Amino acid sequence: MTTQAYPTTWRRPPQIIKNHHWRLALQVGILVYLVLAVSTVDVNWARVYEGLERGQRFIMGFLQPDFTSRWKDISQGLVESLTMTLTSTVVGVLISIPVGIGAARNLTPRWIYYFCRAIIATSRALQEIIIAIFFVAMFGFGPFAGFITLSFATIGFIAKLLADDIEEIDAAQAESIRSTGASWWQVVNYAVQPQVMPRLIGLSLYRLDINFRESAVIGIVGAGGIGATLNTAIDRYEYDSAGAILLIVIAIVMVAEYSSSYLRKFLQ
Amino acid sequence: MTEISHYSQVWSHRSPRGRLMLWVGWLALVALFVWCWKLMTADTIWFFVADAPKQAADIGSRMIPPRWSYLPELMQPLWDTINIATLGTIGGVIMAVPVAFMAARNTTPSATILRPLALFIIVASRSINSLIWALLLVTIIGPGLLAGIVAIALRSIGFVGKLLYEAIEETDVTQIEAIEATGASSAQVLNYGIVPQIMPAFWGITVFRWDINIRESTILGLVGAGGIGLKLQASLNTLAWSQVTVILLLILATVVLSEWVSARIRHAIL
Repeated sequence: MTTQAYPTTWRRPPQIIKNHHWRLALQVGILVYLVLAVSTVDVNWARVYEGLERGQRFIMGFLQPDFTSRWKDISQGLVESLTMTLTSTVVGVLISIPVGIGAARNLTPRWIYYFCRAIIATSRALQEIIIAIFFVAMFGFGPFAGFITLSFATIGFIAKLLADDIEEIDAAQAESIRSTGASWWQVVNYAVQPQVMPRLIGLSLYRLDINFRESAVIGIVGAGGIGATLNTAIDRYEYDSAGAILLIVIAIVMVAEYSSSYLRKFLQ
Repeated sequence: MTEISHYSQVWSHRSPRGRLMLWVGWLALVALFVWCWKLMTADTIWFFVADAPKQAADIGSRMIPPRWSYLPELMQPLWDTINIATLGTIGGVIMAVPVAFMAARNTTPSATILRPLALFIIVASRSINSLIWALLLVTIIGPGLLAGIVAIALRSIGFVGKLLYEAIEETDVTQIEAIEATGASSAQVLNYGIVPQIMPAFWGITVFRWDINIRESTILGLVGAGGIGLKLQASLNTLAWSQVTVILLLILATVVLSEWVSARIRHAIL
């Protein structure tokens, strides 16, 4: 009897695509795509080289931010951003509660369900910045257009998640409330609301955070806030002011993120 | 024990103190809202706001019918947009992987210096929107696709890095110990113990980010970073609203399609 020769090497088996041919085809396909895609990127290296000096100045601006010389503009932009964030979140959440309840299949009749889902889909379809372009054209420049934009975007976000949450509630609790003879409003108040409230508050805080980040962007198309200040600073090549603005934005986002995650943990 | 003195006592959800606190909380929120509203609308020109429905109707009438003959001209920018998103995702993922390994508690080489640094990179990348990255990069490396790709890549680091390092921290310790017990070096542990465990999560995150990047790359052109956003900006500047409609519909179709593709792929992997 001879002992069977054991292999001395081992190759890890493929994890995701197990068929050899498919793997080969995929790899070739990716390679072809990459070659095609990279060939379309037309880089003006002279321009890039020229820009490196600017990049260096920008990094210097980041390391030595200048908070003082444009402080008036920065503080005004910040006030606009922060007020816009809060008001739009409050208004957005207030509107999205009825929309969210309407978009929950287990609470409402069919036609209301479809109507509310359509509202949500419209709001979610386009990015904030595109919506902002339209609202700036309609309401004029300034934070009011930004407020409308963010409220509109908030509706899609909160209402969708709220509706999904309501659809997932424990049906037994709703059933038991209903069996006491409660009306529709009482079911919403005593069976649905206690189950979804912690999550709704969590989502609102999360959205507050997102709205601040977005408020830093929609200023680029004229909807007010710190984004407008940032845009101006970059257009003027004042990289030290731009660096200061970015650092402030990062700091506020960090504070907002940590405090909102802490608050959410505390509430849930 | 307190006795229920009379049966007309009505059940209520909270204690009186709790209700009072709740009311104070809501009141504070309303007060804050009113104060913020005052500050925000201090410079608002209400004439323009009142005028909005008329403006909306005007824009709406100019947007319809869409100018479909503009569509062939948009194919090249659309291809650019997809390339920005894809190449940006690849670049972002390549940069995010080392950051994620530095940020994960169980794989970080030094918890005192590198981990906070990696976490800062993640937060900084996440808190700056890709449009702002693009705005900076266009001034630095000039308008064009490259600025868009780099912007997308920089923005992706935070997202991919955060989700990936959470996946690394959640890996099963027993498998890693089993590899260690065979006498594997730390590189081998990484390769055979950790990588196979995070691979599905890695591909899922990458495809998810690619989907988001398609969405974001459609607008990068607004600040000059190439793609279909350039056409949008050009059409907006010339007030060619009927072309804007075509572009928006095309963006919408692309986004929906990429969302569908990414959902299918993630469903197949996970």
